[in-house]
Amino acid sequence: MNRTASNRIDRRFAALKAQGRTALIPYITAGDPAPAHTVDFMHACVEAGADVLELGVPFSDPMADGPVIQKACERALVHGTRLHHVLEMVAEFRQRDSETPVVLMGYLNPIERMGYDVFTRQAEASGVDGVLVVDMPPEEAGDNAALFAAHGLQSIFLLAPTTSEARAREICRHGEGYLYYVSLKGVTGAATLDADAVGEQLSKLRRVTELPLCVGFGIRDGETAAAIGRVADGVIVGSALVGRIAERADDPASIPAALKSILGEMREALDRDVAG
Amino acid sequence: MSRFHDLTQLPDARGHFGPYGGRFVSETLSFALEELETIYAGLKDDPEFQAEFDRDLTHYVGRPSPLYHAERWSREIGGAQIWLKREDLNHTGAHKVNNTIGQALLAKKSGKPRVIAETGAGQHGVATATVAARLGLKCEIYMGAEDVERQKLNVYRMHLLGATVVPVESGSRTLKDAMNEALRDWVTNVDDTFYIIGTVAGPHPYPMLVRDFSAIVGREARRQSLEQIGRLPDALVACVGGGSNAMGLFYPFVEDDDVIMYGVEAGGEGVATGRHAAPLTANAPRGVLHGNRTYLMSDEGGQVADTQSISAGLDYPGVGPEHALWKDVGRVRYVAADDDEVLAAFRELTLVEGIMPALESAHALAHAKKLAGEMSPDQHIVVNLSGRGDKDIHTVAKLDGIEF
Repeated sequence: MNRTASNRIDRRFAALKAQGRTALIPYITAGDPAPAHTVDFMHACVEAGADVLELGVPFSDPMADGPVIQKACERALVHGTRLHHVLEMVAEFRQRDSETPVVLMGYLNPIERMGYDVFTRQAEASGVDGVLVVDMPPEEAGDNAALFAAHGLQSIFLLAPTTSEARAREICRHGEGYLYYVSLKGVTGAATLDADAVGEQLSKLRRVTELPLCVGFGIRDGETAAAIGRVADGVIVGSALVGRIAERADDPASIPAALKSILGEMREALDRDVAG
Repeated sequence: MSRFHDLTQLPDARGHFGPYGGRFVSETLSFALEELETIYAGLKDDPEFQAEFDRDLTHYVGRPSPLYHAERWSREIGGAQIWLKREDLNHTGAHKVNNTIGQALLAKKSGKPRVIAETGAGQHGVATATVAARLGLKCEIYMGAEDVERQKLNVYRMHLLGATVVPVESGSRTLKDAMNEALRDWVTNVDDTFYIIGTVAGPHPYPMLVRDFSAIVGREARRQSLEQIGRLPDALVACVGGGSNAMGLFYPFVEDDDVIMYGVEAGGEGVATGRHAAPLTANAPRGVLHGNRTYLMSDEGGQVADTQSISAGLDYPGVGPEHALWKDVGRVRYVAADDDEVLAAFRELTLVEGIMPALESAHALAHAKKLAGEMSPDQHIVVNLSGRGDKDIHTVAKLDGIEF
């Protein structure tokens, strides 16, 4: 695996580590509530202190997602948002931001249908840095992982509380960029999380990998972000943001400020911990 | 040796049937699937487990189901002899119960107190609710809201059996969405919940174990053919949605190269119209949904397509991965019957033989009729009459302008 700092994700985590800071990683669904707004929302997230952006590729059957992100997919799909539009959005984002890493997150079928060669070429050209395919675990990635790597796309994989130690080793061996640790059983947007239990799991994982460990599911405000930030290298916030977008779907102009407000609170809470 | 011998050695260790199948799931489900795989590997060849399964099939399901010679219908068509494998006579009225009995035994061995299932026409939901009642397991059934509407009778049956039916309002509100919701439930409640999948799709090991539990249909039909016809049939015909009843009938005949097999998909308003549920017949591109790679109806952007069929049980955009491989290697011929042909077959079998088939099974009958007409009276076709039609009376009556 190429671990030199040629990739924006690696560079960003190296810089954060040097500063002793925790990564703030927002997730939004591309095209929600309409495609015209997505690039603005991405910039707003960066302005509020995001270190890495996870951009959801809408899918008709988001099996691992709860109702909040399901509805976001539906809103995006109503407007015809497809994978090639999402790649165009990243390219547009890159015109003003050449540094913030962008990870596409979604399901395999849109990529499968586009074709792996076409996808990897276009993703690289658009400025995508990593790909997290929820329903493509390492053993099903096959040749795709090498193809992704050849185009500068890092393969981000999930780890769950139920992942066995043997599997965790295997996933860590294949993983690049960072590992996405799912903090609790269930779908996105699910209930509360236990920071101590997460911390215990992460310390086990640290014995098998040097990749940054980022935690998603259940992070909803400054308090939960700070609690997880104490044990993780990054916090991923999705449903809490997407929920705000849903509330303001009829008034998209107000959404950037809403995103900045919640992310700003998280950023502050995470950095306060560093300062303290 | 059969030129199809290799097909009996599948799936491989990771659940692949050639380029199809596999385990395309979120990491959050990996543990549960590994656990299921281990439980099944330990019991698959355990004589005690098999004996328990066989006992339940005999005394609870009422197996073996008859192989019935539809003499009058065959005579009227004037071609090949049509034999009906009477899965409609099983307890709960369809082939689905064979698989749920098997999986319920696995659930019992796993010690989990709760089972969930997805259902389309409601037959798998009823079969699951039935075995759950018998074993004292808590049971929740996910069903597309549209299917809840068109299958009221089965919804009420499940309710009477003590199950909770959850209408699924997301997406196209049919079978695929019910499966999404069941997977979401499973990932959340994996500690105490066993997911009883109703067809030969889903992530490994489901396509394999549903096939194994369903194959009793073909084993019996093969033996009965030898006894009653005096030889193997010339052709087998079964409907294909996810493909469990077809798999159950076909699998034990895979190495009988001279037996030609026809899988009949839901042609809806006609395959040419695009409004159908026939991914194999329409040569849909390869895709990934519900944990496996298969032929999948989706738009150019990879969004799963809405399907169209008069029968809720076949209204599914994908198909079991083993069928996908069988199409590619030419073991089975996949064709479609459209809604009009299906309704005609439903009425015809009812009038001519006094057997009211499920609309799903009527797809197989519609094709068998065409096929028989092109064959001679000394040839034999075995059709899987996978379920009975009581549940569809509402749908058919509505078309006749009658409301209850």
